[in-house]
Amino acid sequence: MSKISLIIKREYLTRVRKKSFIVMTLLGPLLFAAILIVPVWLTSMDSSETKIISVIDESGLLADSFMQESAGDENIIYTYVKEPVEYAKQRVNEGYQFGLLYIPDFQPENPEGITFFSESSPSLSLVNSMEKTLQSRIRDIKLVRSNISRETLSELETNVDIQTISLTETGEQQGSAGVASVVGYVGAFLIYTFIFLYGAQVMRGVMEEKSNRIVEVVISSVRPFQLMMGKIVGVASVGLTQFLLWIALTFGLATLFMQGFSPEELMQQRTQQISQGLPEAESAQAEMALNVQEALASVDVTGFILTFIFYFLGGYLLYGALFAAVGSASDSNTDTQQFMLPISAPLILSIVTLGAVLNEPNGTLAFWLSMIPFTSPVTMMMRVPFGIPGWELLLSMLLLIGGFVFTTWVAGRIYRVGILMHGTKVNYKVIGKWLFSNS
Amino acid sequence: MNILEAQQISKRYAKHEALQEVSLQIPQQSIFGLLGPNGAGKTTLIRIINQIINADSGQILIKGEKLRPSHIADIGYLPEERGLYPKMKVGEHLLYLAQLKGLKSREAVHKINEWFDRLEISGWSEKKIEDLSKGMQQKIQFIATVVHEPDLIILDEPFSGFDPINANLIKDEILKLREKGKTIIFSTHRMESVEEMCSHVALINKSRKILDGTKAEIKNRYRSNTFQVVHSGKLNGLNLMYELLEEKILENHDISSTIRVSEGKRPNDLLAELIQHVEVHAFQEKIPSINEIFIKEVQGN
Repeated sequence: MSKISLIIKREYLTRVRKKSFIVMTLLGPLLFAAILIVPVWLTSMDSSETKIISVIDESGLLADSFMQESAGDENIIYTYVKEPVEYAKQRVNEGYQFGLLYIPDFQPENPEGITFFSESSPSLSLVNSMEKTLQSRIRDIKLVRSNISRETLSELETNVDIQTISLTETGEQQGSAGVASVVGYVGAFLIYTFIFLYGAQVMRGVMEEKSNRIVEVVISSVRPFQLMMGKIVGVASVGLTQFLLWIALTFGLATLFMQGFSPEELMQQRTQQISQGLPEAESAQAEMALNVQEALASVDVTGFILTFIFYFLGGYLLYGALFAAVGSASDSNTDTQQFMLPISAPLILSIVTLGAVLNEPNGTLAFWLSMIPFTSPVTMMMRVPFGIPGWELLLSMLLLIGGFVFTTWVAGRIYRVGILMHGTKVNYKVIGKWLFSNS
Repeated sequence: MNILEAQQISKRYAKHEALQEVSLQIPQQSIFGLLGPNGAGKTTLIRIINQIINADSGQILIKGEKLRPSHIADIGYLPEERGLYPKMKVGEHLLYLAQLKGLKSREAVHKINEWFDRLEISGWSEKKIEDLSKGMQQKIQFIATVVHEPDLIILDEPFSGFDPINANLIKDEILKLREKGKTIIFSTHRMESVEEMCSHVALINKSRKILDGTKAEIKNRYRSNTFQVVHSGKLNGLNLMYELLEEKILENHDISSTIRVSEGKRPNDLLAELIQHVEVHAFQEKIPSINEIFIKEVQGN
């Protein structure tokens, strides 16, 4: 077995055997799921308490529109009361009811003075829903006045859904800007996190070897460059293992989840709804869900994952070498900080500009950021789901390969001197000297 | 035959000369003491031999061949600044280091177990490095240095951290290795170990070699025709043809005198002269210790 593969093997095994790795690998997909589910769950928890709202309608125009409303939402019950406002307000104050909606006598042309009293301020969605109810009731009244029936109005309304198709070399590709941007964001953030996470591991590993003085024993057997590359590749394999396990686990979980929610069933549901003549709105909702699924299917998942892996590895190798160099030049964590800024800056830049790239995935900014090797891994992830010309992808990949060959060379020269230096004050000038010194 | 030959090795760091035209011949099967004050350049020389750093000029020959990467397997190096991976188990750690030196896995396991028996630490294989005391870790490091049976073993302060019993254990192993034909380069500040073990010595000071040769030859060079005599009866006040350097009265009223004779005089000449005046109880030539030579040379410069 060659020496570098021995080093890779050691780096890989010691990390994969750690409890923290196993825990993170198993918890990762659950954590992702939790990030998606918990906010939804919390909102539903929040409104589970039933709220009673009394309505005083002095205008007499609203009829029972709020009663219909409360039929749709089981958490809010509206009751019409006929009593003085002051008395009703007091009951709210005493906590018997959540709130009081006071509607004075008003003209449909000019609804003024409608007030909501409550002890604690109402949620935005509650206020919105009350406003919507009032607006639609007032519209109905106005429609009647103008002699237009509701049926005529809904015939006038048409639901338009634009399909987006991008023309690529391989043919027409159906896409959805929404899905593409979500996929892009997730990919970009994953790369960003992975580079920092595993880059920092390389740095810590190098510093550990340096500070516990194993390094001189090892480099009397192997070249410093072999030790550095072995560590970088070893940690990369750990990252890749973790990523692939996450994908496998997530797909596993997703398949379990999707079994009760397949497109065929949705389709069936829709035809049923149409035949049963259910309200248009609900079937439109089902159609939208179906569209998202179609769009998801339209994103080339395998291609995306392969591109992701390439940019993950390329970006990681590029930055990993730099992290290793920083580790070799530092005796302690505080020493690393002065060197971390210039390394983090381009990565952070690529995250900050994601929004601009999303706005114009094929604009000038997006183009250049996805060509420069220091920013291309993150930026490309944002662009790829929108489809980019093959030559751009190829050029960017070649530049990235060139980039990490270069940073590895630079890092190797700093590393071989740095790991044997103890107690020296290292600044950029010193590093410059190391770079051009003969070892 | 010389196992190692350094020819005109020079190395410059940014601010100072680490080595200036240092040449050494280290014969096979010798225990070679590489001495010098801190910062003299010993570690730099050792690192150059181990191909950790390159010399600016000059060359190293191993068994007459120019130093090349494959020589790594012929050298075992125990650095002064040494450590181990704290989270690894003893057995797998030694296996890893042995494989890095080019041993096959099965062969390495076999040899590691042999050493475990020899150093009386059988059954340590599954222990974690971080659970061992410093002295115990030193034993593991010693095994790692010699497990691939290198012909040239370079030990930088090998006894630091050992209690006297374990230091003796290691010393015996070093002597055994020499009997088997191995050569040992020994860098230390402990002069009594040099005195006891080394056959050859070189002294480096301020980046230059100022002294080298066999221990006996060097000591011979520093002989000053001085003798230590214990006698009863006073020498002081007698008109002798010898120079009396020091006189000390011992507990039993005997006198210990340090006497220097002029060039060309034999010890018997002095003895014959003394017998005429005093009763001699002990008579010994004062041979300088390596420690005295070290201090004299380093401070003299």
